[in-house]
Amino acid sequence: MAGTDLSGGAVAVAARQRPWAARGESDARRGRRPARRGDGRIAWVFLAPALIGFALFYLYPTIRGAYFSFTDYDLLSSPHSVGFANYTALWHDPLYWNALRVTLQYVVINIVSQTVLALALAWLMFRLTRSVLVRVLLLVPWLVPNVAVGLLWLWLLDANLGLVNHLITAVGGSSQGFFTTPSLAMPTIAMINTWQYTGYTALLFYAGMLQIPGNLYESARLDGAGELRTFTRITLPLLRPILALVLVVSLIGSFQIFDTISITPTHGGPINATRAVYYYIYELAFTQFRMGYACAVAMTLVLILGLLTFVQMRLLRASRSDLS
Amino acid sequence: MTTESLPVAAARPARRRRIRIGRSTAWVLLILALVLTLFPFYWMIRTALTPAADLATDTSSIWPHHATLINFERVLGLTTTAQDIAAGGSGATLDFLVSLRNSIIYAGLIAAGQTLLCAMAGYAFARLRFRGRELLFGVFVMALMVPPIFTLLPNFALVKSLGWIGTFQGLIAPSLLMTPFAVFFLRQFFLSIPTEVEEAAALDGAGRWIQFWRVVLPMSRGPLFTIGLINAVWGWKDYLWPLLVGPDQNTRVLTAALGIFLQQSPNSAPDWTGLMAAAVLAVVPVALLLVFFGRRLVESLNFTGIK
Repeated sequence: MAGTDLSGGAVAVAARQRPWAARGESDARRGRRPARRGDGRIAWVFLAPALIGFALFYLYPTIRGAYFSFTDYDLLSSPHSVGFANYTALWHDPLYWNALRVTLQYVVINIVSQTVLALALAWLMFRLTRSVLVRVLLLVPWLVPNVAVGLLWLWLLDANLGLVNHLITAVGGSSQGFFTTPSLAMPTIAMINTWQYTGYTALLFYAGMLQIPGNLYESARLDGAGELRTFTRITLPLLRPILALVLVVSLIGSFQIFDTISITPTHGGPINATRAVYYYIYELAFTQFRMGYACAVAMTLVLILGLLTFVQMRLLRASRSDLS
Repeated sequence: MTTESLPVAAARPARRRRIRIGRSTAWVLLILALVLTLFPFYWMIRTALTPAADLATDTSSIWPHHATLINFERVLGLTTTAQDIAAGGSGATLDFLVSLRNSIIYAGLIAAGQTLLCAMAGYAFARLRFRGRELLFGVFVMALMVPPIFTLLPNFALVKSLGWIGTFQGLIAPSLLMTPFAVFFLRQFFLSIPTEVEEAAALDGAGRWIQFWRVVLPMSRGPLFTIGLINAVWGWKDYLWPLLVGPDQNTRVLTAALGIFLQQSPNSAPDWTGLMAAAVLAVVPVALLLVFFGRRLVESLNFTGIK
């Protein structure tokens, strides 16, 4: 239920274990399995708990959610079918399109700033220090619950008493309502999450940089390549598999922005400026009790993310050649 | 981006000087990043130690003029309601210890359940032969890509119809038995360890079940601990599900308690000092976790040396 982290972790592991290599290996093993009998019965014993969990809380709700999306359902009386009414309604729902638009705005600001800053930070660490302490300290914001981080920044960015506005006025600027100005609200929330996840992302990139064979850097140095050239010509291309994974997976996580928005006192405002799609679904389901409609919106989110996953798979395949 | 490219034909001493300047600049930037990461937390503590009455006047001194612990006492419910309101509070308390206990139960049970049960599933996918293995594994991996809110809505309906709202079984049910990520992680790990030890155990007559519990699990303590830690962190940070399913005090986890505490604070003049004291209390367990397991956490993100 914590989208971004989960995906980030998945990236680390995927990159670490080289799933493609492992899969190839298991394929090979499968290929030469001539006379061994299967482990059918005991396998299902091993799988039973996970299978039950999967069936009850992943598969069943997926089917049920798809079904709800064609019904009118308020969580109290039983759902009754309305055909495609929810989908035609969302097609004409300005709040739905607004939700997609502000979510996209959030995703672009968040992903671009986070990736650039994390790459820079990873490169600084890689070139300067192997200190575990530095890395542990950079990881702190990631470990703090989003709610606490959001609370902290609500205070730091408060229009009247917040430290940031105090610093702005001290240097002669005018005080900003970061959460109450429509054009500032979503960028502000995006930057809060960039602040929280940059260190973590940087550690993933840093670990990827450590994988690059050192002799490449040596020969670059002997060829007289400078810092920037080394970074753009060696590090960046060889980091591509991990970069692609982190990028697309954090993109998917980024679409799931919710916690920070939900604790902001404007509750999706001002003027819907922060009513992102996850938050909109939450409101539909749990404050308006329009579960059927909420499921229809969620279905479209599944489709959008499915498309992004497809892109991810393509990127993964494309990245294979770089590794050899 | 940080240090500029060096001209190829630069004279040696000039080049060395430029490198030194470059390195110093890079250090300055790295330290700046650390300050930007950590200073907000310092400011959180600093605000928590400030009396509410001083907030408007004592805005930017590095240490509060009249440092006090009253905010922590208020949040923990150690003061009377009258004292709380006098000190700028709303009369609401955080019930820190109860929600800390709930968070530990929630994150702990999920982490333990997921780790063990997903290890079993991951082992089956890595080692055992059965029909439909690749297909089933593919379906599990696809579940990784479904946005949690999509399953959250029907899961909430299910838990509600079971009458499990406000209970721990309702809280943990959807995530106790499996998480696709842990199955994926542990399968990859089991694929990467050599099969010789298991084969030796098989020659001694141990079946798959015995091999798994007596040989494979003890060998895998490190990765199991890592995935357990990661699972616990997710549980610890989880907000929406526990907020929806465990809204009352006896099942309310720390993140939900923080969110509710914020809602109880008046919108026009939020109880900042109390909120920051609450936030500090919520960060303390994280700090402890880092002190004990920081190295392990960092290294779990560090996928070096595996080729």
